[in-house]
Amino acid sequence: MIGFWTLFYKEMLRFWKVAFQTVASPVLTALLYLLIFGHVLDGHVEVHGVSYTSFLIPGLVMMQMLQNAFANSSSSLIQAKVTGSIVFVLLPPIPYGAFFAAYVLASLVRGLMVGVGVLAATVWFAEIRIVAPLWLLVFAVLGGAILGALGMIAGLWAEKFDQLAGFQNFLIMPLTMLSGVFYSIHSLPAFWQRVSHYNPVFYMIDGFRYGFFGVSDVAPEFSLAVVATCFAAVSILTLSLLKRGWKLRA
Amino acid sequence: MAAAVSIVDVVKTFGALRALDGVSLEIGEGEFFGLLGPNGAGKTTLISTLAGLVRADSGRLSVLGHDVVKDYRKARSLLGVVPQELVFDPFFSVRETLRIQSGYFGLRHNDAWIDEILANLDLTSKANVNMRRLSGGMKRRVLVAQALVHKPPVIVLDEPTAGVDVELRQGLWQFVRRLNGEGHTIILTTHYLEEAEALCGRIALMKQGRVVALDTTANLMAAHPGGTLEDVFVRTMQQ
Repeated sequence: MIGFWTLFYKEMLRFWKVAFQTVASPVLTALLYLLIFGHVLDGHVEVHGVSYTSFLIPGLVMMQMLQNAFANSSSSLIQAKVTGSIVFVLLPPIPYGAFFAAYVLASLVRGLMVGVGVLAATVWFAEIRIVAPLWLLVFAVLGGAILGALGMIAGLWAEKFDQLAGFQNFLIMPLTMLSGVFYSIHSLPAFWQRVSHYNPVFYMIDGFRYGFFGVSDVAPEFSLAVVATCFAAVSILTLSLLKRGWKLRA
Repeated sequence: MAAAVSIVDVVKTFGALRALDGVSLEIGEGEFFGLLGPNGAGKTTLISTLAGLVRADSGRLSVLGHDVVKDYRKARSLLGVVPQELVFDPFFSVRETLRIQSGYFGLRHNDAWIDEILANLDLTSKANVNMRRLSGGMKRRVLVAQALVHKPPVIVLDEPTAGVDVELRQGLWQFVRRLNGEGHTIILTTHYLEEAEALCGRIALMKQGRVVALDTTANLMAAHPGGTLEDVFVRTMQQ
């Protein structure tokens, strides 16, 4: 267990030492999104019976949580691989399960810190209520853990920084941006509504938003089932890659 | 008594390259053992296989009787490896690096030993300096320190003195000799043959993934009267 806690502590320390970049910057980005979209659309659009700005805030919180959870594990692994310092965690007797848990937990913590930061910075701009905090917490934790594990897969797979950027910009960004952060999928044409249902991030954000307003595009129980299945699948895949030493041990 | 390191018929290929071609070696507890050979001979691949960084295609390796695949956690806990590449984590200071490395090996509150290592490697004044700010030679010392944080009974030094000054070499060898005197098994690869000649009790010469000579340093030298280990090395590689 000491190996696990040390690796977790190291991963926490790694992002905390550059918190301006890893925590403060995403909070500012979310605030800018809110100021621009909220200014343009608030008063014109109402979603689920709340103002557009109120609707937007939970989506922005979750989007930044997910993107930063992914960024944490993926950037840590690719940097360690490229610089060669990955040997420091490969030489000791750390079991692959502990390796997985430490990276995912640290990613989750960074995601949650960013999420709390975004909420604290944006809550002043609209009326926000939390009607189902447990649902909110469950989707925040599962979503952050899934993206943390996905970040591990990307970090293991990528051999260069541009490959990781490709994974992030061509997969993670579209999945999170097109998941209902900025809109309810009921406002989309029927075809794109159906497409949205194949995006697992949609269920994370929709379920998370349910925790705030008690209303959502799909039932939170169904979203939870989808998100929990995704978490199990991504975890099993990541653990099997780590067990094989995929792209870590020649 | 189990050998410190046992390597039996190990084969490793990378595509068409046969990096290890049936290597067998046994290194006794407490030995100061030299693993020598030209670049590309397979020394680092062999060390990496022993450390679990590379997986052998066939053959068996064990550290103090613990198989490096089946019983990898125990085997790795008994091994300290100084990698050849000058690598470091730029986020941390020297002391943070060593505390973290101790934790990876399951050790908390290891500062007394960390302080001793820092003193022996002349790093005490750099303990709170970020790794990025250290010179190449200082970073090399930290790599040595990282390999020693868990007091491993078997220590592998893969070209530890490459690119470092005379002062560090002398200090490092004095420290490593002390550890060897206390019972630690030392496995050394180096291109400085005079170091191997002075330090190693037994030497294996590797060429193209095979062990081509294995004997005590004295016996290897005796086969070439009046010569140095460098003469032995050159003649063996020419055969």
